[in-house]
Amino acid sequence: MGFLDISNVTKSYGNVEVLHHVDIAVQEGEFLVLVGPSGCGKSTLLNMIAGLEDITDGDISIKGRVMNGVHPSKRNIAMVFQSYALYPNMTVGQNMTFGLEMHGVEKSKRDKALADVAKLLQIEPLLDRKPGQLSGGQRQRVAMGRALVREPDVFLFDEPLSNLDAKLRVDMRTEIKKLHEKLKTTIVYVTHDQIEAMTLSTRIAVMNGGYVQQLGTPKEIYDTPTNLFVATFMGSPAMNILPTKVAMIDGQPHAEIIDGSGQAVSLPFSQTNMADWVGKEILLGIRPEALTDPEGADRKSTNIATLQNTVDVIEPAGADTFVTTTLGGVNVIARMRADTEIATGQKFDFAVNMDKAVVFDPITKNRIKP
Amino acid sequence: MSTATQDSAVSSGKITRTFIYLVLLMSALFYLLPFFVMLVNSLKPLAEITGGNMMALPQTWTIEPWLKAWSTAQIGVEATGLKPYFLNSILMVVPAVVISTGIGALNGYVLTKWRFRGDTLLFGLLLFSCFIPFQIVLIPMATILGKIGLAGSIPGLVLVHVVYGVGFTTLYYRNYYAAFPTELVHAAMIDGAGFFRIFWRIMLPVSGPITVVSVIWQFTNVWNDFLFGASFGGQTQPMTVALNNLVQSSTGVKEYNVHFAGAILAALPTLLVYIVAGRYFVRGLMAGSVKG
Repeated sequence: MGFLDISNVTKSYGNVEVLHHVDIAVQEGEFLVLVGPSGCGKSTLLNMIAGLEDITDGDISIKGRVMNGVHPSKRNIAMVFQSYALYPNMTVGQNMTFGLEMHGVEKSKRDKALADVAKLLQIEPLLDRKPGQLSGGQRQRVAMGRALVREPDVFLFDEPLSNLDAKLRVDMRTEIKKLHEKLKTTIVYVTHDQIEAMTLSTRIAVMNGGYVQQLGTPKEIYDTPTNLFVATFMGSPAMNILPTKVAMIDGQPHAEIIDGSGQAVSLPFSQTNMADWVGKEILLGIRPEALTDPEGADRKSTNIATLQNTVDVIEPAGADTFVTTTLGGVNVIARMRADTEIATGQKFDFAVNMDKAVVFDPITKNRIKP
Repeated sequence: MSTATQDSAVSSGKITRTFIYLVLLMSALFYLLPFFVMLVNSLKPLAEITGGNMMALPQTWTIEPWLKAWSTAQIGVEATGLKPYFLNSILMVVPAVVISTGIGALNGYVLTKWRFRGDTLLFGLLLFSCFIPFQIVLIPMATILGKIGLAGSIPGLVLVHVVYGVGFTTLYYRNYYAAFPTELVHAAMIDGAGFFRIFWRIMLPVSGPITVVSVIWQFTNVWNDFLFGASFGGQTQPMTVALNNLVQSSTGVKEYNVHFAGAILAALPTLLVYIVAGRYFVRGLMAGSVKG
């Protein structure tokens, strides 16, 4: 039993079911991120927690109290919206204390709460301004401040950073993380940005098509995705997925891949249960950072295989150099050190960290667990 | 070569521009001329009008016609001037405008932010009221006013104008609020504001432009209405009906200067409303229509 319990929750619009039996238990102080592509149901789920949408079936409870049918203002939650939703006719100070005023908190206490939060967020000089006079980042702060003064049980964030420019987004991300670590509040955060999900969360729920595909810590999600969708959605550049055949060589199962020149290369599996799949097709998942130049390969890895292949495209990105090559008939991206000496068209030795490789069943699209 | 083309472009631009300004100037004159005639002749003694040129400036300036039109002219059978009727019009217009605008704002709020099954149908039916000609409802309206005991009274006229105005005001506010971000309403709900609190504290404070549109529209329509005033006014007839009685009287000398003064008096309030709030009117009209 968690602090915020989402149990068997379903949402339908007419006959169309958009959320299917969602089960998530959020512990106190946890930072849960709901991530997924547009239309996966993450915002709907958040709105249901907030009480802005009805729950078709199942229960949502906060601190053991079932919230179905309870008015949003009586759930002791606060929400930060994508557009910030600051009341344009009120000053920053009035915006932030509006909720307290509506809940009948007396003036002296409101002013105290406002002063505390304004200090925490360093927005004291802005309190008398109108939202129209603020920059994007300042509005974002005020929107968070409005949520903070309420001291709610659960904070709900609906894509709060997606209206900011790239640099500010990174700054605010750090800010939110700092705030969470300081205040230890329970947060449910919706985003479509997998980097935000990875960096902010203590746990991630990856959603697609109205289902929670996987619920786990960022590391679990990244290293051991349950299926092909999670594997390719999380991580940038995306995980390379190579159609591969399993072959037994010297008593050990190998992944047999056709390289750029049409030759078969074989890579020994680290995963121990691949003997059952000998002779069958699988999908081999290799993250770009597990496919690199030999000097850049992970020293701690027990199983580095090398293969020679032709370099198709080189993309220097400053910190890294991304190299595109063809393996198994698909484009594959390798992440190399910035100053790797490499040229287009060159035959290059790629190091593959097979410890990090994941294997998927091509029919069910689920991961073949070790 | 290129300079030559540019020269001709500039000069042809000048010709076009002159032409445009000429047309605009003539249109302005065309519309100002009647007003000029009214104003000039309302400031002349009657003899100057009957014996002279309508367009000429007064030889003897006088405000006598204005005073007469206002307080002593013969309206129907009594020599009260337009004053009491002006008061009637004010007593009718102010509540009619306030009530219809208020209801329109509330309707617009409900139709956009508290949607319910059949709301578009309801809105369609409300819009329908904008297209019903006045004449059709005269008899049913008279019956209803009689039954509820408001016939021939100012509250009766207010009711008629509110009923007729709500369609338009709802249309204005609904289109305006459709562009108003629903997230703000959600934020206010989470903050704990109820239905009317959200309306009062969040929606209304940002409704300035559309309120100006609604007020101007309702004010001019209600003030200028003649048919309802003549049909349901009874003893409390509005300004428009009184002006008609003044101008159409068939006994005695036709005092054109008094008629002109009376007509200007009748038009003055709407003119004032336009001058004070006109620029917001255009702005608000655009805001409401484009984003709807």
